[in-house]
Amino acid sequence: MDDEDLDELYQELIMDHGRRPRNTGTLPDATHHGRGHNPLCGDQLTLALKVTDGRVTDARFEGHGCAISMASASLMTQSIKAQPVEEVEALYTQFHALMTGGAEVPAEVLGKLAALTGVRRFPTRVKCATLAWHTLHAALHPERADAQATTE
Amino acid sequence: MSTGFDVRAVRAQFPVLSEPIHKKRLAYLDNGATTQKPQVVIDAISHHWTHDNANIHRAVHLLGARSTEGYEAARAEVARFLNARTEREIVFTRGTTEAINLVAQSFVRPRLRAGDHILVTGLEHHANLVPWQLVAEQTGASITHVPLLDDGSLDLGAVPALLAAKPAIFACGHVSNALGTVNPIAALASQARTLGVPMLVDGAQAVAHLRPEELDVQALGVDFYAFSGHKIYAPTGIGALWGKLAHLERMPPWQGGGDMIHEVTLERSTFAPPPARFEAGTPPIAQAIGLGRALRWFTRELDREGALMHEDTLLRTLTEALAGIPGVRLIGTAARKVAVQSFVLDEAHPHDAATILDFAGVAVRAGHHCAQPVMTRFGVPATLRASLGVYNNEDDIEQLVRALERVRAMFA
Repeated sequence: MDDEDLDELYQELIMDHGRRPRNTGTLPDATHHGRGHNPLCGDQLTLALKVTDGRVTDARFEGHGCAISMASASLMTQSIKAQPVEEVEALYTQFHALMTGGAEVPAEVLGKLAALTGVRRFPTRVKCATLAWHTLHAALHPERADAQATTE
Repeated sequence: MSTGFDVRAVRAQFPVLSEPIHKKRLAYLDNGATTQKPQVVIDAISHHWTHDNANIHRAVHLLGARSTEGYEAARAEVARFLNARTEREIVFTRGTTEAINLVAQSFVRPRLRAGDHILVTGLEHHANLVPWQLVAEQTGASITHVPLLDDGSLDLGAVPALLAAKPAIFACGHVSNALGTVNPIAALASQARTLGVPMLVDGAQAVAHLRPEELDVQALGVDFYAFSGHKIYAPTGIGALWGKLAHLERMPPWQGGGDMIHEVTLERSTFAPPPARFEAGTPPIAQAIGLGRALRWFTRELDREGALMHEDTLLRTLTEALAGIPGVRLIGTAARKVAVQSFVLDEAHPHDAATILDFAGVAVRAGHHCAQPVMTRFGVPATLRASLGVYNNEDDIEQLVRALERVRAMFA
């Protein structure tokens, strides 16, 4: 790897969302909650979703972490808002495969999330990018794991 | 350096230091996690596999004899390193973690009753915390701890009352892995001994950085001392527990298996005396031989006193350089420290900084350093930690400082 990979990792959109994450805060009328934790680095995230008629109508998160994890959470909340739950689930699966399996996902599916593609080249940082998504999955499947996501 | 210590000659003995990292010179400042290995240690391991490999303590053949001899010579080297009364006080383990678990399960557990407690400190690595929590859960005991002051040193004023409460054991790190604080073990052990409290010392971060007299287990007056080989220029997978022979002789086996028995029938077994009693199964023989070689190198081939003075000087240089960077907050500023400086940056998360430092060839640790209670005490989720070894030099510090300037430029 060389410095271009580093520039791709910390590209403008990531730095912007890392510095000023969107959709932060709590959601008083949330229907789903998830808590995520990366035990390796101590990053923590709570996610609140409002699901109405099978559609994610609002999403907010709180937490602390590195620029990658904050940007990923911020971009994720933007990309799932107003989406049907099935499509959110499909996006989770695709994003996870993109990060961990090297799968290619069409640009029109990823939208702004494409900015996170550079993380794949940094195996030690993939978990930073996937924390928010594991938390999303836990929030949508409270029956599976106590709505507690961990990257381990 | 003014000490006359020839750091260039030492660096030349560590082949990995000339490995280009992202096409840059390597500045390896993650010695608290593990140290690099000198060529003599690499050669000793390679020599074992090439010329001497066989299982130990069993074979009648020549290779078995050579292998056993190498393994036991390494034990003698460890005994000399810690000034143990006898080699029989040295139990080989996988590392510090296994050594502490051994003491928790074999020495402390049989003595614990519900309502008893174990004393630790707020500085401990998880390896000197979780084994005690496990044994406490198993027996209905609880954990008390010596609190920390704001500079990252122990609140020594709290110790007399905590010891007077008669904990079943006082488990204390010698040097904090997260902050570098050196604890006054001899003074603490003297108080503990007066009150009849046995004391275990986690020496993982101490062995490569303290003077011989500070690692003399007889002079320290403690009951158990644990360390890992890989923190002192030896391989991973090997470490040692020193314990007073009187304790080891009374302790039941921890793990059962081959090489630790006296006589076995299908119904029951009698057990070998220590240390064999605590070394069930085929041990990591080559790693033990590597540890023996590393200690020989460290104590008799390296200018140890010069190297440690060099490290102390370099730590002051490192700390002053970091303190001079705007937005840097030092974590851990105790009066007596070795080899470690933790810090956080105003603008950048430790993990982002560590990735950028890596691209500049600078290897540091970012995270909670397996010492989450320390992080909680200082109100940070994680820190960056630069930790020194005998081969570091001023160029490494300079490279770190320049790389941190780049982090600031990106994140400010």
